[in-house]
Amino acid sequence: MLQDKDRIFTNLYGFQYWGLKAAQQRGDWDDTKSLLSRGQDTIIEEMKASGLRGRGGAGFPTGLKWSFMPKESKDGRPSFLVINADESEPGSCKDREIIRHDPHKLIEGALVAGYAMRARAAYIYIRGEYIREAETLQKAVNEAYDQGLIGKNACRSGYDFDVFVHRGAGAYICGEETAMIESLEGKKGQPRLKPPFPAGAGLYGCPTTVNNVESIAVVPTILRRGASWFAGFGREGNAGTKLFQISGHVEKPCVVEEEMSIPFKDLIEKHCGGIIGGWDNLLAVIPGGSSVPLVPADQIMNAPMDFDGLKEVGSGLGTAAVIVMDKSTDIVRAISRLSYFYKHESCGQCTPCREGTGWMWRMMERLRTGDAAIEEIDMLQQVTKQVEGHTICALGDAAAWPIQGLIKHFRPELERRIHEHNAQFAPATLEAAE
Amino acid sequence: MAMKAARKRVKTMPKVTVDGQEIEVPDGATVLQACELAGKEIPRFCYHERLSIAGNCRMCLVEVKPGPPKPQASCALPATDGQEIRTDSEMVKTAREGVMEFLLINHPLDCPICDQGGECDLQDQSVAYGRGGSRYDENKRAVTEKYMGPLIKTVMTRCIHCTRCVRFSEEIAGVDEIGAIGRGEDMQITTYLEQAAEHELSANVIDLCPVGALTSRPYAFEARPWELKKTHSIDVSDAVGANIRLDSRGREVMRALPRNNDDVNEEWLSDKGRYMVDGLGKRRLDRVFIRKGGKLQPADWDSAFKAIAKSRPQGSIAAIAGDLVDCETMFAASTLVKALGSDLLEGRQTGMDYAADNLAAVAFNSTFAGIETADAILIVGSHVRWEAPLVNVRLRKAAKRGAKIFVVGPFWDTTYPAHFIGDDVSVLDNLPDEVADVFEGAERPAIIMGGAALAQGALGAGLAFAAQFKLTRDGWNGFNVLHFSAARMGGLMLGYAQKGGIADIAAAAPKVVLALGADEVDWSQFGGSLKVYIGHHGDKGAHAADIILPAASFAEKDGTYVNTEGRVQFAEKAVFAPGDAREDWTILRALADALKVSVGFDSFAELQSAMIAAVPALGEEGLADYGTLPKADGNATVDGAISAYPIKDFYLTNAIARASEVMQRCSAELLHGGEFAEAAE
Repeated sequence: MLQDKDRIFTNLYGFQYWGLKAAQQRGDWDDTKSLLSRGQDTIIEEMKASGLRGRGGAGFPTGLKWSFMPKESKDGRPSFLVINADESEPGSCKDREIIRHDPHKLIEGALVAGYAMRARAAYIYIRGEYIREAETLQKAVNEAYDQGLIGKNACRSGYDFDVFVHRGAGAYICGEETAMIESLEGKKGQPRLKPPFPAGAGLYGCPTTVNNVESIAVVPTILRRGASWFAGFGREGNAGTKLFQISGHVEKPCVVEEEMSIPFKDLIEKHCGGIIGGWDNLLAVIPGGSSVPLVPADQIMNAPMDFDGLKEVGSGLGTAAVIVMDKSTDIVRAISRLSYFYKHESCGQCTPCREGTGWMWRMMERLRTGDAAIEEIDMLQQVTKQVEGHTICALGDAAAWPIQGLIKHFRPELERRIHEHNAQFAPATLEAAE
Repeated sequence: MAMKAARKRVKTMPKVTVDGQEIEVPDGATVLQACELAGKEIPRFCYHERLSIAGNCRMCLVEVKPGPPKPQASCALPATDGQEIRTDSEMVKTAREGVMEFLLINHPLDCPICDQGGECDLQDQSVAYGRGGSRYDENKRAVTEKYMGPLIKTVMTRCIHCTRCVRFSEEIAGVDEIGAIGRGEDMQITTYLEQAAEHELSANVIDLCPVGALTSRPYAFEARPWELKKTHSIDVSDAVGANIRLDSRGREVMRALPRNNDDVNEEWLSDKGRYMVDGLGKRRLDRVFIRKGGKLQPADWDSAFKAIAKSRPQGSIAAIAGDLVDCETMFAASTLVKALGSDLLEGRQTGMDYAADNLAAVAFNSTFAGIETADAILIVGSHVRWEAPLVNVRLRKAAKRGAKIFVVGPFWDTTYPAHFIGDDVSVLDNLPDEVADVFEGAERPAIIMGGAALAQGALGAGLAFAAQFKLTRDGWNGFNVLHFSAARMGGLMLGYAQKGGIADIAAAAPKVVLALGADEVDWSQFGGSLKVYIGHHGDKGAHAADIILPAASFAEKDGTYVNTEGRVQFAEKAVFAPGDAREDWTILRALADALKVSVGFDSFAELQSAMIAAVPALGEEGLADYGTLPKADGNATVDGAISAYPIKDFYLTNAIARASEVMQRCSAELLHGGEFAEAAE
């Protein structure tokens, strides 16, 4: 279990004030100038050494991502850092805690990360529904400007760096990095084709890196305490501490910072007071937010909660939004609801996702009541395969995976419902007259 | 610039393998283009050569190694050295079937009542790349119809969201008229608040639409593509000379569609060129008329010819050409006029009298494709959007490449950033410093003189401007005159230009005036002349005429046209003229007999060879060589304000358009904001 002294987010629960003074007492903005004075390449190397993988879901090494940014502008274009605070994945609620209770960690991280990648400014794209959070964040940004921590000559480092808070309008797809860039530019939030990648041509056609809130907020602490400290947590290739967000059928749902690779059972026992009704009552877990496949109880129990460990059980860490479902759950309905979410949030740009998500949801609704034929399960599986990997962005994949997980692990349940439903309409067998 | 070109040259052409066949592709090509070079057909809906890449239909998926183990959208993927592309693998086949199935699940099965039927990309590609049947059992999506104006009919349930129409209006037309609202399944293509699409090129989205979502409203339920005869023709609605195809059934032209010609119209056509064709069947002159007692009375050819002979035109006859006539008609008329011992020829109906002895000084020398590469452009007295919508598209491209554009004349809504520097043409010899600086620093400066500038007598000052800023230099001629009339350049080549313009002819008071479809002339100047109107529509010219000889429109005769660039193009006959109407040259030939003179041709072929013998440039399709610009008169000055442009109503500029119900409706609804009053039946 992670010791208190190793926690990065020391005000995760808001027991202390979020403001600048309190944040400084917690160690934020402590001689940030010296962090910056280490030099851009040193910071990036340190981040690479720390083994930090992007916390937004895909798990791409953060330091490596930064190193794709141009070292100098050949044509006068500035570089930008975009911070993805459009936390809309069902189950995820970590960025919210960071922003409302520890916003200065994020702002300081923005400065350090922005400096390291030679960005002129950071745009924090915050989810539209996070109204109070956006207010807090804006106030924190203002505080930082007032104290000269950001803006011209940020932290007296000689580096000019601006931070802008931009509120989204409530579209899930704007959490996709290129859709976010489109949205920031004032256009309809639709993912762009890649290549060109944002590091080459992103926001306003300038080199851009899009990072998750958590990835950015942990940067100053990693630099202060050293890459080896951070790399000391978790298994090989899955370094660090992570905010887990456990929801669903546990005694005490919570957001908690834990070491990576902690076994699922430990995570639940230590922080959530166990499963409602005991471990035997556990049905399945969606370990990384709505877009990863579910894992049935027996397989998740001892799985290490990290990128590779969950990949082995056919799922993924995602944003570490652990959705726990006990045996009272109507698992088909649960997945059908997720299908509806993806149908509702598909941007409509590319064909497989626009047409496929609706089809899949309608099929799921019929499977929920059993109003289907057995062959249709295989057809649904084929449809998900037709969507997966054929779309511009990963929303198509995200819509396909939960259904694939359901079919993989709960096919007998689907078949049972179909048989039960169809039995109602079976003609009564005539008894032979004797 | 030179450095950039040099850097490009050292780059080698990437080598890729397409289905095992190794080919070299040009640098910067996409995988889709590489496949096409290898002779492989790649199905697509959203991809279009002239629009930006959207990559959203996912129909063009191919397998590419190295790369992720999933199919890639070939339209958006750059071809790089060593790529192994497969278009025939199982993965590609399944991917295409999958996408096709998705496209069809919400597409209505209404091909029998869809106007796109027979020329529908979705139909064709579903046959070639789709699964045999549907597995979709749920309800299909239905989308409400959207109003897009009098030209575009919408059935949005059929839309497959390829966004070609959106990209066309944003990128080519330069107006944000069409866009998408909603998301996911509920995404809909619409105009802003369902207002009509008002741009002059709006109907091109009908051609772009790969399905039957946007179809032609005037052509709705008129014909099927396979029952139409297709004839190559030239658009006469302006002086661009857009290449068109006339689709006809029986004696009726059903529709006009653009043909591809990168040098002229690319593949666009103005709404007027496309939709005035219904005017070919209305208000037609289909019999001979002679004015008796102040009233036009039906008559026969013989008495008409006798009446003309009776007025003794020998030595006193003039020919005035209208805007729509072909070169052959003008040449036949000029031969007749000369045979009768006269030389009064004029085509500039509204009275312009600019010098036309050097044709380079009155042509669009940069060429349309060339003007795209200009980096500083001065437009003098031309409402380009109305006078030549397709040239405006080129100017927009130039502006997108960074050209600075200035306009002298009253404000009009350009579709690109342009700076209006006043109405007074005197700025030509007294440019504001910031404008002069731009032209001094430009590598490819250009001037475009429109009809309003010519009418103001600014041609000389324009030439002086050309000399001052060295508009002609190595490989570049930036001096341009943008005419508006389809017959103008041909007329100038055939000598239809008097020194004093039409006023000179009026002063000569000829006994007979042959009006070759001349509808824009102020006929009150010719009170003492016998006005013989040889034309096809009962328009202004016919109203003023003493004798009407019914002739053929551009669709009803073969003919040569020269566009404002000096590009000689040939149009073919699509249908027969109605009633008693005859092809123009036969009328003039018969008239020669009636007047007892010889014109030296008995067939169209003879007429053509006589014309080519007289003006050899007309015998060769393509750009005519007009030589170099005349030496400019350094002292040429001009002043006076351009108060208005010659075109008052874009949709009603010629006799055919004025007769067209569609054009009248467009004029009423799009320009005058009113409801089009349909005749009570």
